[in-house]
Amino acid sequence: MNTISPVLTVHSKPLTIGDADWVRYALVALTLTIIGVFLILPLATVLIEAFAKGWGAYASSLTHPDTLAAIKLTLLTAAITVPLTTVFGVSAAWAIARFEFRGKSLLITLIDLPFSVSPVIAGLIYVLIFGAQGWFGPWFSEHNFKVIFAVPGIVLATLFVTFPFVARELIPLMQEIGHEEEEAALSLGASGWQTFFKITLPNIKWGLLYGVLLCNARAMGEFGAVSVVSGHIRGLTNTLPLHIEVSYNEYDFVGAFASASLLAGLAVVTLVVKTFLEWKQKQDLKASRKAADSH
Amino acid sequence: MNFTKPSKQLLILIAALLISGTALAERTLLNVSYDPTRELYQDFNKEFIKYWKDKTGEDVEVQQSHGGGGKQTRAVIDGLEADVLTLALSYDIDQIAEKARLLPKDWQSRLPHNSLPYTSTIVFLVRKGNPKGIKDWGDLVKEGVSVITPNPKTSGGARYNYLAAWAYAEKTLGSKEAAKDFVKKLYKNVPVLDSGARGSTTTFIQRGQGDVLIAWENEAFLAINDNENGKDQFEIIVPPTSILAETPVAVVDKIVKKNGTQDLAEAYLKYLYSPVGQKIAAKHYYRPSEPEQADQADLKRFPKLELFTVADKFGGWAKAQKEHFDDGGTFDQIYAP
Amino acid sequence: MSQSNIMPGFRPTIGFTLIYLALIVLIPLSAMLLKTFQLSLDEYWAILTDPRVLASFRVSFGSALIAAAFSGIFGFIIAWTLVRYPFPGKKLFDALIDLPFALPTAVAGIVLAAIYEPKGWIGKLVMEAFGIQIAYKPLGIVFALIFIGLPFVVRTIEPVLQEFDKAMEEAAASLGATRLQTFVKVILPNILPAAITGFALAFARGVGEYGSVIFIAGNMPYVSEIVPLLIITKLEQYDYAGATAIGLTMLLISFLLLLSVNGLQWWVRRRSGQL
Repeated sequence: MNTISPVLTVHSKPLTIGDADWVRYALVALTLTIIGVFLILPLATVLIEAFAKGWGAYASSLTHPDTLAAIKLTLLTAAITVPLTTVFGVSAAWAIARFEFRGKSLLITLIDLPFSVSPVIAGLIYVLIFGAQGWFGPWFSEHNFKVIFAVPGIVLATLFVTFPFVARELIPLMQEIGHEEEEAALSLGASGWQTFFKITLPNIKWGLLYGVLLCNARAMGEFGAVSVVSGHIRGLTNTLPLHIEVSYNEYDFVGAFASASLLAGLAVVTLVVKTFLEWKQKQDLKASRKAADSH
Repeated sequence: MNFTKPSKQLLILIAALLISGTALAERTLLNVSYDPTRELYQDFNKEFIKYWKDKTGEDVEVQQSHGGGGKQTRAVIDGLEADVLTLALSYDIDQIAEKARLLPKDWQSRLPHNSLPYTSTIVFLVRKGNPKGIKDWGDLVKEGVSVITPNPKTSGGARYNYLAAWAYAEKTLGSKEAAKDFVKKLYKNVPVLDSGARGSTTTFIQRGQGDVLIAWENEAFLAINDNENGKDQFEIIVPPTSILAETPVAVVDKIVKKNGTQDLAEAYLKYLYSPVGQKIAAKHYYRPSEPEQADQADLKRFPKLELFTVADKFGGWAKAQKEHFDDGGTFDQIYAP
Repeated sequence: MSQSNIMPGFRPTIGFTLIYLALIVLIPLSAMLLKTFQLSLDEYWAILTDPRVLASFRVSFGSALIAAAFSGIFGFIIAWTLVRYPFPGKKLFDALIDLPFALPTAVAGIVLAAIYEPKGWIGKLVMEAFGIQIAYKPLGIVFALIFIGLPFVVRTIEPVLQEFDKAMEEAAASLGATRLQTFVKVILPNILPAAITGFALAFARGVGEYGSVIFIAGNMPYVSEIVPLLIITKLEQYDYAGATAIGLTMLLISFLLLLSVNGLQWWVRRRSGQL
């Protein structure tokens, strides 16, 4: 589409294909209103409530042992979940974007499935399997290994809800990039791993990071599913989102919103980094396309 | 060989020492409780840990889990390893005994006062000055009165609220049909059904919803005394009659045996009956079962009212649950369009 | 299939993908299926056709549908503005679109309730201006779900608009079409598939949403009780079979929805590929 359409040159004045000024202003105003009401206001509320009693109350509620324990557990959960989901995402994307096979569409749908399963169900299914009345619950209990109402249950539920995050990001990206470069490398005698690390990974790295980032945000912020399998033991199985609920229920509103501000802060950082990654990825794609064109 | 036997014994001894050694240092107790007891057990746990340290020299830790009664009971049935239960109603512990067989069915006879170290009741919390003139249960069904109470299907406290209203209506109006009509009208006045007592209190206090909160007595006191400006915003209305909320405690036999915490768990609950435990209960607005042990100043805060029990009016929890709160029970019926 | 001759790693990657999928998703989900099979078909049917369950399905699907429709319209406007018009702080606003993805649902729920309650910032304004209460009414659910669904629509429409060839608009304009005609005849048909995909994603997510809805819904049986809450309620009455029966039904609907979304994407890709 690099050819300029001839109509443009025929007219003495550039043809207005844009919208009238009032339409522009109205739409921009509407957009800002929607974003303001639905997105900025909630964010602002978190911060206002968190600092309602000043910096001191904010800081002391964040350094409370229960809060610290919740932060630690949240970090631990993310530290286990994110790498696993990432490895799965890369592997699934490789299989799906690089090969043709039957049932591919079904496989993609199944990968997407956890994304639209109600979080409540995501927790419930693990209770059905590992709960004391479930399939394997009694066996695990005899061997003194706690799954539900302990860290493994929380990790499992988080694995479930973050399942599609990396794969979803990578599959379309790898399809778009195509496999010519990889084939070239392979035909020149590179091994599979070499090809992956030298060709594929540099090509997908920004998209991959983006997926990891969203996955991390969800892993740290999941509430519904984790709530079903956590047991809500203070300082032990409360993740940060659950700790927010607990604080809120103890009338500790500053504490609740202070913890919430951490997660909201995480959300904002995620968004900033994400915007940067998207920009970076576009630059890379442009550069590689240019390089491809000049060959 | 000759020394096989003793050496084996020695090994077992060492192993036992190692195990008990680590266990001694790290013994923890998990107390699974319902929503409004958070502040009570925060205080009590501190005292108990000190008491146990003085008595045995052992450092222990007490962990707390709070939530709506239904959620907590389900969690224990599904494997949340509670050493002790301090729940809102005996039906919940009965369920744990029946469905998960973690403790014997006669658990309630094992501790004094039917395993009730403290009890509570249900009162009304209204906005300052009582603008809607709420005095008794009958006022709750008046037009234009907005009532906050949680969902009895998921909250133990809400079941007490429901049964208290029902018993009042059955007595004053004379029939079960009239009582059902009464609670139907009452729940027509409820704009939000939270899943637990704490959710309802927050809705009333923080979100400013409703004219009346039907609340645990201790929640109502807490809202007034522990909230900023609570005294300027709310007041407690005590109806002439209400329900005796019997909030039992129990050791979970199977779990404490597995965890090796039986002595600790039993001592923990017994300590609730001690002067210290009774004082703390009264301080947190629970009615101590042995009032002579508590501070008289604390006791004076409890208003006098006529209290009836679930056993008296409803023939026990199992029957009340089946008739009113199970699927298809009266609570479902009053909501059917 | 030509590339599979040279491209390595099909077996290990597809193997790992399938095993991991089975372990984390399929086997746990099948537990639900088996639990539901403990019921006879009649029992299953009786649970599903219980008036209160039906009412909650109406509430969940109805509010998700309305919310997704609003997300669709708002999302289209936002995407259009962000792609087409320059204005200060555009990058920042664009980044903010993803906030609902990243903000934990429990936080969202508490905050939304605080804003839209009758005494909250917006709730009060709307109450005084129109006499409409948002929080603790079905409308509250819709507002929470618009919050959840908005980024899905914006993020699916945005790339399509960016790729959209302005030459087509120019051609239409030069042929004498009014702006409205160009929009309806040229732009809309090209954006529609993406908009539908975004709508469907927002809808699928909204139907199952729990954390952010529960604080703002009011949770009244027959009026503002959502399906996930009913599942939790059943669970807390130890009615596992009932809970899984409802859960399974929701799952089947989600699955069909996703399948049709993926089918739609495939269809769109093929169609645009042929064009």
